Amino acid sequence: MAEQHTTMLSLRGLTRRFGGLTAVDAVDLDLAKGELISIIGPNGAGKTTLFNLVTGLDRPDAGTVHFEGQDITGLSPERLAAEGIARTFQLGRVFGNLSVMDNVLIGAHTRLRAVKPAVPLIGPLLELGLALLRPASVKAEEERLREEVKAILARFGERLLPRIDQPAYSLSYANRRRVEIARALALKPRLLLLDEPTAGMNPTETAEMQGLVAELKGEGLTILLIEHKLEMVMRLSDRVIVMDEGKKIAEGPGEQVRKDPKVIEAYLGHGLTTEQESAA
Amino acid sequence: MSSWLDYTINGLIVGNVYALVAVGLALIFGVSRLINFAQGSIYLVGAYIGWVAVVQLHTPLPLTIILVAAAAALVGLIIERFGLRPLQNSVRIAPLLATIGISFVLDQLVMLTFSPNPRALPSQLPDVRFQIGGGTIGPLDLLIAGVGITSALLLFVFLRYSKLGWAVRATAQDRDAAMQMGVDVNRVNQAVFGIAAALGGVSGLLVGMYYNQIDTAMSLQATLKGVVAEVVGGAGNVPGAVIGSLLLGLVESYGVAVFGTSYRNLFAFLLLVVVLVLRPNGLFASARQAPPEPLTGTFIAPSRPVRIPRWVLLVATGIFAVLPFFPVSFYVLQTLINAWLLGMLALSLTLVAGTIGQVSLGHAALLAIGAYTSALLSLTFAVPVGLAIIGGGLMSAALGTALISPSFRLRGHYVSIATLAIGEIVSLVILNWESVTRGPIGISGIPPLSLFGYELVSPISIYWFSFIVMVVLALLQGRLLGSHLGRSFRAIRDDDIAARAYGLSLNRYKSLAFIFGGFAAGVSGGIAAHLYSYINHETFNTQQSILALTVVILGGLGNVVGAILGAVALVGLPEVFRIAAEYRILIYGIVLLLLVRFRPQGLLGTM
Repeated sequence: MAEQHTTMLSLRGLTRRFGGLTAVDAVDLDLAKGELISIIGPNGAGKTTLFNLVTGLDRPDAGTVHFEGQDITGLSPERLAAEGIARTFQLGRVFGNLSVMDNVLIGAHTRLRAVKPAVPLIGPLLELGLALLRPASVKAEEERLREEVKAILARFGERLLPRIDQPAYSLSYANRRRVEIARALALKPRLLLLDEPTAGMNPTETAEMQGLVAELKGEGLTILLIEHKLEMVMRLSDRVIVMDEGKKIAEGPGEQVRKDPKVIEAYLGHGLTTEQESAA
Repeated sequence: MSSWLDYTINGLIVGNVYALVAVGLALIFGVSRLINFAQGSIYLVGAYIGWVAVVQLHTPLPLTIILVAAAAALVGLIIERFGLRPLQNSVRIAPLLATIGISFVLDQLVMLTFSPNPRALPSQLPDVRFQIGGGTIGPLDLLIAGVGITSALLLFVFLRYSKLGWAVRATAQDRDAAMQMGVDVNRVNQAVFGIAAALGGVSGLLVGMYYNQIDTAMSLQATLKGVVAEVVGGAGNVPGAVIGSLLLGLVESYGVAVFGTSYRNLFAFLLLVVVLVLRPNGLFASARQAPPEPLTGTFIAPSRPVRIPRWVLLVATGIFAVLPFFPVSFYVLQTLINAWLLGMLALSLTLVAGTIGQVSLGHAALLAIGAYTSALLSLTFAVPVGLAIIGGGLMSAALGTALISPSFRLRGHYVSIATLAIGEIVSLVILNWESVTRGPIGISGIPPLSLFGYELVSPISIYWFSFIVMVVLALLQGRLLGSHLGRSFRAIRDDDIAARAYGLSLNRYKSLAFIFGGFAAGVSGGIAAHLYSYINHETFNTQQSILALTVVILGGLGNVVGAILGAVALVGLPEVFRIAAEYRILIYGIVLLLLVRFRPQGLLGTM
């Protein structure tokens, strides 16, 4: 494939069927390095299924996924995490009984080196041994990652830092979403997929989240965003992709997409004036 | 040729009996996503009620069947109302554990009422055989086939044409939607438990008549066979359960024909493991369908563990360490030695069931592997006992992990079923692999514990030895939990999908948990072998697996201190209260039920 170096993610004809329903229908997409693309569309349009296909939690029935020019179609989620793809989940899948610190440390799992030697066959046993013995290199790695987690949590102001040792199940809904994003950042992702990061957040919290995503984009992170809050989508996105019934029905800069009659019919059927309220 | 027809008929008849159990399991799984481990106990109750009716009341056959069905249904309704309904909103693990507890309580009650000795249950039908083709068939065969077919037809009519039957099917498809449409889900549950219990009870009666013998060991076997048939047919799939049962009956019958009677169960459990691994949704489900299982994360009760100050632990360890210096009786030491051995097993199980969330019901198999390895190493190869025990631990870690690995891709209740089956397989292999394990005779004359050439024969030295080994294992496990592995294990337990998305390989970490846990269990089994000096395939049985699970839940899942506390409590308290041995398992069952109902997070909380 004649991929350009700047193309991070490239989907071709990606398709997933559930029985008679085609949840994702021949979707093409190209995401350049440092770009932020938002995927919008009514509920059930196939956005989350598309995320699952890209991150390996589901396998496509047809089509390909390329990441930095490499075919990653159908690879396991573990492999893709190691490749630098991180995601958050729509319904918030934090590890309930783990502390905030431990949740975010799991995000850094693929970056563990000292404690996880890449030796074939006996690697897992060495990992067990190193975890029990904890030589200086392992301790130093753990310490460094803990400091890093604190730095990541500090990006959320005073939302998470005071709760760093609390179990995640005791957090508010919004804070769980923040923990998810912190966990994704701990992976040092090259591609970040955010599935409705502001779901269930009030306007102040949404504005905070929008600020954070803008910051991440400013730092050069490549982001694929599913979001229902159109104002946020318009402000952040380089391009917007609209999905309906599994198909990509429009693509382009936000201003252009919002005027597309197909989009208005499928998604914004009730007119653009209500876009602020469409935050649901 | 003719004998093949006989084996086929026998297989179909036995399959019919399994079907009566399996259909009940499928109905219950359908509406409440629960594998009812108490189904075999109801079958047992049915058999004994049948015995009372036939032998003492001399009821005619139709009345016997009606009586058994009604009484069993009543037991089913009681289980549903008082055992399971209070748990409707609790964690997913609660009803599973409750049915295990109920099963132990029912079995023990039957055993205490009727004594554990087998009884003859005479068939009330004339003993004649009809020739068909090259084989023969008796009136009892026809009765079993008739009851099976009639029940299937009645059930079909009920589910298809009655209003309550519609409600059952609606609830099975989508419980929440059914509730919103005004279906009384409690009534549906009642109906399903009543029907399942009636079928199970009648099945027990028929099996008792078929073999002309009933005993209390029937219960677990029936549950296991029913679960195998149900899972083979696809959990929750009622017609699938019937076909699965017939298939299981045939596989067993042909297996017996070729290899002999002692292989009967081995075939059943191998069939289960093969189906679970290749087609976890049963033979009739489409391959890519999501399994009808609870998502993880809700499986274990969230709680804040009780923090015990370090000095309290140090003081407690110190007290137990110097205990033999005080004038305590050998009886107390003996009891505590048992507690330390159980503590090691509980450490192993709390890591596997609690920390990484794989609720194993076959953990005694790891004891057995460790015990046999250590015994054979010291007997056959004259390996010093201390090294042999470590060898037992390593063998348990390696072989146990390899055997359990087929269950790594399963989730939730399926893990429990698979580990239960794998545990049974280990015990059956020990029974049948005579050239190595000496088969049913067992291994006797195992050398006593010794260390660096000194025999440990005094209770004090055995006490110290087992205590020190347990403390070392506990410290190691504590250290493990504090490492990135502890964090990774718990993440996999809480949400395996999110864990995978962050690069945690389930196979790798489940293996590591079983390797570590297998070592502790194997060491415990190894020490036990040298203490007992005689072991056989029944020394380490399912009751011990369940006892260990009760200990672990009592202490708090994943909780290292809790596992030891639970072991001391469950071994010690019956001694303190001088409870007779035959009541102990009853007490354990009741403890399990009370815990699940009132303190699912255990004494010290889930870690």
